[in-house]
Amino acid sequence: MAVDMEMKVLIVDDYKTMLRIIENLLKQLGFKNIAQATDGSMALKMMHDGGGYGLVISDWNMEPMTGLQLLKEVRTDAKLRGTPFIMVTAESKVENVAAAKEAGVNNYIVKPFNAETLKTKISAVLGAF
Amino acid sequence: MTDADNLNKIETALHEKIHLANETSKQPLSSEEVSDIVREVVSSLTGDVTAADLKFYAELQDLASYIRHAKQEIADIKPKDISESHIPRATDELDAVVGATEDATNKIMDICDTISGIAESCTPEVSQQLIDCTTHIFEACNFQDITGQRITKVVQTLKHIDVKVEALLAALGEEIKREGGDGELQAPLDEKDLLNGPQLPDKAIDQDEIDRLLSDM
Repeated sequence: MAVDMEMKVLIVDDYKTMLRIIENLLKQLGFKNIAQATDGSMALKMMHDGGGYGLVISDWNMEPMTGLQLLKEVRTDAKLRGTPFIMVTAESKVENVAAAKEAGVNNYIVKPFNAETLKTKISAVLGAF
Repeated sequence: MTDADNLNKIETALHEKIHLANETSKQPLSSEEVSDIVREVVSSLTGDVTAADLKFYAELQDLASYIRHAKQEIADIKPKDISESHIPRATDELDAVVGATEDATNKIMDICDTISGIAESCTPEVSQQLIDCTTHIFEACNFQDITGQRITKVVQTLKHIDVKVEALLAALGEEIKREGGDGELQAPLDEKDLLNGPQLPDKAIDQDEIDRLLSDM
């Protein structure tokens, strides 16, 4: 199955430079509809407000709502639970990955990362480009 | 009266006196004040002063001396300066590092966007080469997020140390606080004192100001 480049992608990070980096890399991969949120609560509101996002790429360490909390909220919401979710974070301890996995993350990228890693992980979740 | 009775009597008297003195002064007692109280209690004892009393008194004196020495050592490192000057300055410097790298990163990415725009007007081969280059630059800009998070951790550690130093100051009382300097740098003594590195944005002067200063001198 090929990745739908028209799908809406939501990227969540409290560092504006990181939002810009990820958005640029996604554009290089061919994604056209990219939205940004600066923490989990903002992202959740955007998803509830009829976002129709086909992929969420989220940082972990944010306030007031972390990426892990966002993931848990998404996975317990009947309408949102099927949304593919990739964590992109500097948190790289085994227990972090385990917690994200347990919460239902689809893939996990450790910062710093490159375009190829992003492409590979998205491909593993959504299908080939 | 047995030795144990005497010790209990001294202990009770000391406890009452120190409690009363603490209540009166509303702040931790100095080591000198504690020594005075001990001396007063021991001198007020009636009856024979036993060997145990003397030993106990000597130990109290040693303890008072040890506390006085420790306080002096703490005072010598000027904890007030650490709390009021060094740590705030260090956190400000680190915040400035984060701000400066963020600004620089955004400028780099602005230039990448410009190059990407130019790439659209190039041949497909050249265009792809330029896009690949800007992608690598964007990837490299990851550093800003990573360094920012690391510096934030250091700032949190410094703030934790600050809280501990504040607690130490509160526990040791006014005599330690008075030992601090005025928190400001003294007049430069030699060239080394002039080497303070880059100034924080709100304290730095720009080239125009430097030119004006030079012309005024």
